[in-house]
Amino acid sequence: MTETRTGSPLSAGTTTGVSRRTLLKGTAAAAGVAIGSGAITGFPTIWAQNIKNVTLRQFGTGVSNLNAVADKVKEDLGFTLQMTALDSDAVAQRAVTQPKSYDIADIEYWICKKVFPAGVMQPMDVSKIKNFDKIVPIFVNGKLTPESAVAQGTAPHTVGFVEGKDSIKFAKSATQWMTLIPTIYNADTLGIRPDLVGRPISSWKDLLDPAFKGKASILNIPSIGIMDAAMVCEAMGEVKYGDKGNMTKEEIDKTLKIMTDAKKAGQFRAFWKTFDESVNLMSSGEVIIQSMWSPAVAAVRAKGIPCVYQPLKEGYRAWGGGLGIAKHLSGLELEAAYEYINWYLSGWVGAYLNRQGYYSAVLDTAKEHMSPDEWAFWMEGQPAKTDILSPEGKVMEKAGAVRDGGSFQDRMGRVACWNAVMDEDRYMVRKWNEFIAA
Amino acid sequence: MTVSAAPSEASSASAAPRSGGVRRSVLRRVAPYLQAGPLALTLLVFLLIPILTIVAVSFWDYDSIRIYPDFVLTNYEELLTSPVTWKTYLNTVKFAALTWVITLLIGFTVAYFLAFHVQSTTWQMVLFLVCTIPFWTSNIIRMISWIPFLGRNGLLNSGLISAGLIDQPLEFLLFSDFAVVLAFVHLYALFMVVPIFNSMMRIDRALVEAARDGGASAAQVVWNVILPLAKPGIAIGSIFVVTLVMGDFITVRLMSGGQSASIGLMIANEISLLQYPAAAANAVVLLAVVLIMVVAMLRIVDIRKEL
Repeated sequence: MTETRTGSPLSAGTTTGVSRRTLLKGTAAAAGVAIGSGAITGFPTIWAQNIKNVTLRQFGTGVSNLNAVADKVKEDLGFTLQMTALDSDAVAQRAVTQPKSYDIADIEYWICKKVFPAGVMQPMDVSKIKNFDKIVPIFVNGKLTPESAVAQGTAPHTVGFVEGKDSIKFAKSATQWMTLIPTIYNADTLGIRPDLVGRPISSWKDLLDPAFKGKASILNIPSIGIMDAAMVCEAMGEVKYGDKGNMTKEEIDKTLKIMTDAKKAGQFRAFWKTFDESVNLMSSGEVIIQSMWSPAVAAVRAKGIPCVYQPLKEGYRAWGGGLGIAKHLSGLELEAAYEYINWYLSGWVGAYLNRQGYYSAVLDTAKEHMSPDEWAFWMEGQPAKTDILSPEGKVMEKAGAVRDGGSFQDRMGRVACWNAVMDEDRYMVRKWNEFIAA
Repeated sequence: MTVSAAPSEASSASAAPRSGGVRRSVLRRVAPYLQAGPLALTLLVFLLIPILTIVAVSFWDYDSIRIYPDFVLTNYEELLTSPVTWKTYLNTVKFAALTWVITLLIGFTVAYFLAFHVQSTTWQMVLFLVCTIPFWTSNIIRMISWIPFLGRNGLLNSGLISAGLIDQPLEFLLFSDFAVVLAFVHLYALFMVVPIFNSMMRIDRALVEAARDGGASAAQVVWNVILPLAKPGIAIGSIFVVTLVMGDFITVRLMSGGQSASIGLMIANEISLLQYPAAAANAVVLLAVVLIMVVAMLRIVDIRKEL
């Protein structure tokens, strides 16, 4: 790092050296990071040379660790992005226990609530994020529109900011220091096999309908599974929650009692932990109703098997992820990270994610990279005028199809709760494992 | 080693000057330690230190993301007072017992066939290698290949339905204890076959002939001659199978569809949730239980007789 920094003024000649020195004087109080950023805006060409040698190591859950993104980064920005995909638990674990093993963490907000207080990451200066003011307000103040209610659970805005540059304390409202730059989010619901369930599905409680005995499944990631379970129990009217995202011990006990009874009665065929497990369960017909993720539904449909991401009257369980920067990053690598994040929000990735059925954090820029028909199908809930293609160019939906759940407003506006980490997390995990083992 | 080296060393020592003899006798006293050194060091670094670390960590405290060096008994308390732990142990022991019985029956039969019915050594070796063929692919693949076979719309169910034997697919075939034990037997039967076959090959054929001459029936020969003499092989195979099943987590998870529990799975869950101290406590208890089981087996059969 020091090598490149001393190297660049020399190669750039006297003018650069002088202005850099002036710059240094001018911002004497600022840290080395700030100097670096001054240089990049002033003399992008110098950095552009060095930045090619930078390699950023990103790790995260499978959803957004896309090789296409790494390829495009190389093409657009010139540096190398290495991606590692792990499951949610492993991501949380690695983020905390091996902070030197990554430069960029692509994590979910509930993971952030666990990881950030460990002091392994650094917040980002929003003044360096070009499209910050265009980020969907859910991530800033928790409200999609000024009049919408804040959903329960670990809502992204509650862990989206910290109080200062070196703080690990989450701020109550937006500050200049953002923990994660939101990149990808979605509203989850139950996936069903319309050809096999034999009746309309309208509520979360249908998961435990005895009619589907031995043909239901729920995901076995405690922080997410407990929320699905809570949606079910609340819909059944069996448990009333103060806050589903932060249950009391009593609420946890009641919820898991209902789930355990259902399990013992043989309601569940299996529990799944990874994306492909859920796809296989559904496409093989072992399971006909289960918690599911949007692209898993798409993957089942891609095999020619009918599968619906069924909107339910109680609303959605939402999740969101974002990019965070590891604490050890500085200098040129930190600049590259900022550049990467700015690029991430600049539209190409947004369009890519939207085409997969996720949502991107900055909608305006993504729209520019999508055709009007694509935009109308994915974001406005209108029937497709032409065949809808996946980012890889495969036909996902035939012309005339309508997205399950409808428009962005209809789906993200009906979020009942977010994936969460509770105060009683340790207790909940223990009880959840008892449920799985019961 | 030392015995065979002793005479030559003694003779050369008498010929050498006195000081050299002293050096040599020192060397002779140190030599066994040096010879044992590499193994001792390996065991220390790769076995003893990790286990001691696990034991130490099992007393630490933790929250959802970090662990704190401490000395608390809560990990053991939570583990041993939870009915789930007991149920899980019971379940794991059940898997181990079922797998043991079935692999023993298969292992003994296969080994008996190879050792006593196949007469030519070439054919013995060929058939023995045939037994190992499944082991040329990975564990996980062998396990997963059962899933499409046993599923609700799998090969077996479709076959049975089209043959008119059943009208409804058999649900118990997959994602059940049956599937778990089936996979275990498939995976570990060879660990039983090999040591039993090895033991049987060492049995003096004259003993079998003598028994026959004495008027013993074929069953009596197996029960009174071959079985007792194959005991060391059975014990070694049993140790393999029981310890493998007791420590397994992936077979149980995949074949039960995440619905059944085993101790290994419990530990894996705890590790994935960053609860290292709880996992360590669990591992220590599991280690103790498995050691007790192994010691019990060794008490019944003296395998050193064979080695």
